[in-house]
Amino acid sequence: MAQAETNRRSRPKFVAYLVPLGAVVLALAIGAIMLSLLGANPVEGFRAMLDGAFGSGDALIETALKATPLLFVGVGITIAFRANVINIGGEGQMVAGALLATALALALPDLPAVVMLPTVLLAGIVGGAAWGAVPGALKAYYNVNEILSTIMLNVVAVQLMNFLLRGPMIDPGELERGTRIPQTARLQEGADLPLLFGNGRLHIGPLIAVLAAVAAYILLWRTPLGFRVRAVGLSPDAARYAGIPVKRTIVLAMTMSGAMSGLAGAVLVFGSESHRMVTDGSTVGFTGSAGFNGIVAALFGGLHPIWTIPASFMFGGLLVGGIALQRAVQVPSALIMALNGLVVVFVVASDRWKKRLQEQPARVDDTATDGPVLEAVVDDGGGGP
Amino acid sequence: MSEFFTQAVLIAAVASGIRLAVPLLLASLGETYGQRSGVLNLGVDGIMLLGAFGGYYTVLKTDNVWLGLAMGIGVGVILGLVSAVISVTLKAEQGISGIGIYLFGLGMSDLLFQKLVGTPLPVGSFPKLDIPGLSDIPILGEMLFRHSIIVYVAFGLVPISMYIINRTTFGMNIRAVGENPEAADSLGVSVVRIRYLTVTIGGMMAGIAGAALAIDLGIFQQNLTNAQGFIAIALVYFGAWRPAGVMAGSLLYGFVNSVVLQFKTLGIIPRSWSDIAAMAPAIITILALVLVARRFRQPAALTKPFTRGT
Repeated sequence: MAQAETNRRSRPKFVAYLVPLGAVVLALAIGAIMLSLLGANPVEGFRAMLDGAFGSGDALIETALKATPLLFVGVGITIAFRANVINIGGEGQMVAGALLATALALALPDLPAVVMLPTVLLAGIVGGAAWGAVPGALKAYYNVNEILSTIMLNVVAVQLMNFLLRGPMIDPGELERGTRIPQTARLQEGADLPLLFGNGRLHIGPLIAVLAAVAAYILLWRTPLGFRVRAVGLSPDAARYAGIPVKRTIVLAMTMSGAMSGLAGAVLVFGSESHRMVTDGSTVGFTGSAGFNGIVAALFGGLHPIWTIPASFMFGGLLVGGIALQRAVQVPSALIMALNGLVVVFVVASDRWKKRLQEQPARVDDTATDGPVLEAVVDDGGGGP
Repeated sequence: MSEFFTQAVLIAAVASGIRLAVPLLLASLGETYGQRSGVLNLGVDGIMLLGAFGGYYTVLKTDNVWLGLAMGIGVGVILGLVSAVISVTLKAEQGISGIGIYLFGLGMSDLLFQKLVGTPLPVGSFPKLDIPGLSDIPILGEMLFRHSIIVYVAFGLVPISMYIINRTTFGMNIRAVGENPEAADSLGVSVVRIRYLTVTIGGMMAGIAGAALAIDLGIFQQNLTNAQGFIAIALVYFGAWRPAGVMAGSLLYGFVNSVVLQFKTLGIIPRSWSDIAAMAPAIITILALVLVARRFRQPAALTKPFTRGT
């Protein structure tokens, strides 16, 4: 191995990880141009951004909270992508998980807190899992392109959310007052996510997300199921030949992927400041595009659950900082959405370069945790067979 | 329910269904070119939104709907080229990069609207054209031949696209590149050039679709398209990558939407259930995808970037 390496140009491994960072910088540079065109001072804006994301203890807590759904979704995306399934349905799965969890919290108000919290979080997992299992099964058994089916299920989920929050699940107080804001009543206190330091904003959500990432790592690389998932992602034909139930594995991977997003949705609701589920009529209003941004975090982390932890934190900082930037230089928040889109495009577009760099030395002595699987999974990515 | 089955309401429902099908038809016809050549452009909705704003803003300033449409074309061509750079040259994962383009278009169109317009001012719409003779046919004439010009343009593009894709050398190259890029490449067809052309055509059509939508409605607002761009992509699957099939799908959608609208106005669907009714298009799409996937095969190279020598 060592000889093979010296024969090639040797390049430290971290260089490959600089590529997505460069992509973000490029997107931000375009953002600077846009800010200038809007008559705002980009330097002032970016200083506010950095400060708002990482500048203080409170900022770091905000960033950690913003990173939490990204990490959940990112971990879920990693599981799906490793099985070569492109799950674009994180948004809908988050909503589905949040809805089921909220419905349960509303339906069982008398549950003691010890049982309440695990129950509603489990409901989030189940809701997201169901929303993920459907496109998984459609792909495995009916050959339906999962990109399209997950996008359509996002649309269905948002309508379901609007229907439920405007009707059956609306806060009775809203009906009495006639204000009809589409939101639930304040949910049972027993379902509030416990705060880490007794007070302040930081709840146990980020901790659960990190644990989920570690669990996903163990699942993917230390269990037979994880091995099957990765084998199916590498080569479905070889996996089938080896006796792996390919279809069932695809459905399972999508189910687990959806479960993670569903948990993200539940954590968003029970960790929110208002402790209600609210809709502004759009998915983005509830998820903050975490269902999409989680994909970027996962790509950033090289489709590795552990690396997705710092990647999500960084991306969360970008989003929190974006809000600070927007406030500091008084530009419409739509700019953040546009910049967010640019970051997605640039990071995804740079992914191939990153892989090309990784294909250089230091590949073979990588343990099974990185490298070849990633190459194959993303190379063959895209539509169904 | 009986209120729906009157002649006037039915004629209006069919006519408005045809009208509602137009943006979907334009966008999905364009996307057909790209997918036939092996590129899935998921950014259609974002391009539509920017085309919609460009078209709307131009009409607002110049009061000329054709300049508005031209602006839609311009915006679409530029964003189509950008999409081509991303998916053909940079070989980005098409399922995700398109989402980035969508988010960009969603944010950018809203940003431009807030900065340049602010309050939603209505603009003039496309002129109507009653086809002489045909529009006088009872019932049928009212349904089919009393539309604005853009409607005839959109449906006129269907046979033109059929001809281009099935009968011209360019069309043959598109299909070859989408089915077997290696073979096409070895025969001297430039995979990159063909895909740049098809993705740019797709972007252009999405831009036109957006402009047509905004000008037809005479307004712009945040997220005007409401995911129609994604439906358009699904319609390409629905239509099994054939222009006529894509047209059938667009019409089905237009009709479903127009019936839902009529039901709402007539009070057949209670207001509180309108969100449930709004799920219909997405659910029909999923069911349609199941049916289509059993019968038709997608272009073999769809979503697979091409690298020579692999």
